[in-house]
Amino acid sequence: MSGLQRRTPLLTRDAEGLFWMARYVERVENLARLIDVTQTFESPGREAESWAALVAIMADYAGLQERGLAVDAMNVKRFYLLDPTNPTGIPACIEAARTNARTLRPLISTEMWMQLNVFHHDLLAIEPWELDGDALSRLCRRIKEGVQAHTGITEGTFFRDQGWHFYEIGRLIERADQTTRLLDIKYHLLTPGTVEERRVVELTQWNSLLRAAAGYHGFRRVAQAGFVPADVVAFLLGDTSFARSVALCVEQMDWHCSTLRSRYGLRDTAPVLERIEDLRVALGEPVLRLLPDGLHDFLDSMQRDLAKLGELIGTMFFRDWRPLKQSQEQSQSQSSPGGTQSQSQSQGTP
Amino acid sequence: MQPNSATPFSSYDPGAFYCELTARDGDSGSAGLVRERISAIGLDALRLRARAAERDLFNLGITFTVYSESSAIDRILPFDCVPRIIAAAEWSVLERGVAQRVRALNLFLADIYNTRHITRDGVIPPELVYGNANYRPEMEGFPVRFGTYVHICGIDLVRDERGHFAVLEDNARTPSGVSYVVENRHLMLRAFPDLVAGMKLRPVDDYGRRLRSAMDEIAPEGIDNPQVVLLSPGIYNSAYFEHVFLAREMGVPLVEGADLTVEDDKVWMRTTAGLRRVHTIYRRIADDFLDPTVFRADSLLGVPGLIGAWRHGNVTLANAVGTGVADDKAVYAYMPRIIRYYLGEDAILSNVETHICGEPEGLAYTLANLEKLVVKPVGESGGYGITVGPRASRSELDAARAQLTADPANWISQPMISLSVAPTLTEAGLRPRHLDLRPFAITGRDTWVLPGGLSRVALKEGSLIVNSSQGGGSKDTWVLAE
Repeated sequence: MSGLQRRTPLLTRDAEGLFWMARYVERVENLARLIDVTQTFESPGREAESWAALVAIMADYAGLQERGLAVDAMNVKRFYLLDPTNPTGIPACIEAARTNARTLRPLISTEMWMQLNVFHHDLLAIEPWELDGDALSRLCRRIKEGVQAHTGITEGTFFRDQGWHFYEIGRLIERADQTTRLLDIKYHLLTPGTVEERRVVELTQWNSLLRAAAGYHGFRRVAQAGFVPADVVAFLLGDTSFARSVALCVEQMDWHCSTLRSRYGLRDTAPVLERIEDLRVALGEPVLRLLPDGLHDFLDSMQRDLAKLGELIGTMFFRDWRPLKQSQEQSQSQSSPGGTQSQSQSQGTP
Repeated sequence: MQPNSATPFSSYDPGAFYCELTARDGDSGSAGLVRERISAIGLDALRLRARAAERDLFNLGITFTVYSESSAIDRILPFDCVPRIIAAAEWSVLERGVAQRVRALNLFLADIYNTRHITRDGVIPPELVYGNANYRPEMEGFPVRFGTYVHICGIDLVRDERGHFAVLEDNARTPSGVSYVVENRHLMLRAFPDLVAGMKLRPVDDYGRRLRSAMDEIAPEGIDNPQVVLLSPGIYNSAYFEHVFLAREMGVPLVEGADLTVEDDKVWMRTTAGLRRVHTIYRRIADDFLDPTVFRADSLLGVPGLIGAWRHGNVTLANAVGTGVADDKAVYAYMPRIIRYYLGEDAILSNVETHICGEPEGLAYTLANLEKLVVKPVGESGGYGITVGPRASRSELDAARAQLTADPANWISQPMISLSVAPTLTEAGLRPRHLDLRPFAITGRDTWVLPGGLSRVALKEGSLIVNSSQGGGSKDTWVLAE
């Protein structure tokens, strides 16, 4: 037997594993960003307030209550950085990412596996002192860099077949979701005081938010000197030049889904593409209409839509999905020139 | 290198045992060169590099999982950096011996599941074969391509004090360990390039390609581009790394039972693009767990209907079902006669003298000489349940005696063999440690033997148990090209 196979099959279990591995790893980075920005929001004497905001956007009050923990800085930090029993915390996420990676070892590169394996050991060995003071920011940087190493290694070594598209879709859904949460944190922060005090505090908070999202300098470049909050929101949600914007994530999801359809003949991408289109339409809404009171609800519904998109991908490709063999064999033999064309057209990744 | 006090070998004494590195000839000076190079590196540097190499293995996840009562721990198979050397002439005998044995095992299986000549001719007692727990009536009259039942075979060899190789055990079901052969060589080349430099070694990295061609060959007839998969019990299996390794080397999907489904007596796998036919399954799941509708009903690892699909000739299983009867420790005792019966030639590799406790004279001899013998259960693997007579305490001997009398057919005994040794890096320096060798053979249409095999070394002083689950390690095994 000689020659190369053009399209190798992908097990549904592996597609699901890749989707979730990417999501969990991305979640780790975003958690580190959230924790980092939460610390910068701490105001002397009222530290607990900013940590309460983090708990609120993660919808984790119940989790803390179950453990009999009051919402204070130390409890919340431990909850997300040290407690392996907290399903929304970093230890549980990295564990889930690595467990998925373990089942995926035949598919992912050795370098991806090795980095994730070592990173996992590293994150499960976080010491309590690393949660205090200036050590926390360094810890968050280390976590971000670990994930960035993962993403970089993936970019440079992961085989770009079907599996890569599912990996990317998972990562993008998670990233979009996390950007909405990051933005939502602002809603939960109280900004009391005089008008002038509030203006100063708000400015600091918006800047911190931009920094946490790695969007500060990009925003500076596109914003007017006298920016208003609506500009920040429009930037984080809608600017497709910004790497973590929801709009860019949606645009890239669309490309990955379309490629799965054109290059690999996955026809059940149709309803998925429709949902992605819905998201795009929702993002087109003028931001000013959302402010000041409609933003939280908007972000909430965006999060729900992203969750539904994830579920839909799950039912379409991962679970219970077993079309008739007959139609399957036909679609397999349809290596039509049309498919090849769209393949070459879509070489230019967005 | 001057034989001064700084030489790691100056305090090395293999005693009466055959040493793989110091008692050599016919190796064109390679062993001597390795000794010189190791001495030049020195013990301290050797230790540092060995430690770094082992850390590498752990980070790469080249590990197996050990389950105790409550926890699962990832362990590496300890790697000893002193290579084991097999001369070209020695290997050519081993290679032929292994291939001969595989041929005989396959002919034996074809015979007992079809014509049954060997038992009719009185070469081996019928009850030993047809009454064997691993005999599968489902296999009777069922044709396999090229007459190959044992596609992947691992044969355990030991070397006595005179340097003679003998077969200790055949592994004809799902032998494991081959991934370490290849990974050990990679590690050796990465961590000790100065040891390997200029050596003419037979390569080991062809295993995956050979395995894939064999799997392609044995696919049901008339399939152009067969879909091969590796069926694994999943990440909780202790050999999971090896499953990953082999799937990757073959470039085929690593599937679990739930990824496969049987319809119209054909096997399909669940892919993102729908169900896709599967033609050859290299399964790393024991017979019992393959198909809950035929074997163990409680098995969640297998695929309902798999055996039916296989009997319809729509899928090939490697190894075939029912090969366990051929590598049974009691059948093993008859292997020299089995080889002569089918091939009309003497066994190239001799057996270790074996007493079958299921036979009255074997039992009597074993009970009378218990303190001199090694007693093994016939059905176990992994070195479990073994009593080493000369090393056993009074109460251990009594326990073995009780087990023997209670169920003699479950036991065999062998004299204690003075396993060869090789210099191994220990806390105290280079010390002799016992080792064995497991060559691997792949058979589709023909048989190919991987040069070398897995050298397992008992890291504990004086220990003869080389199994990874019981404190064994491994060495890179060099087969010299000339």
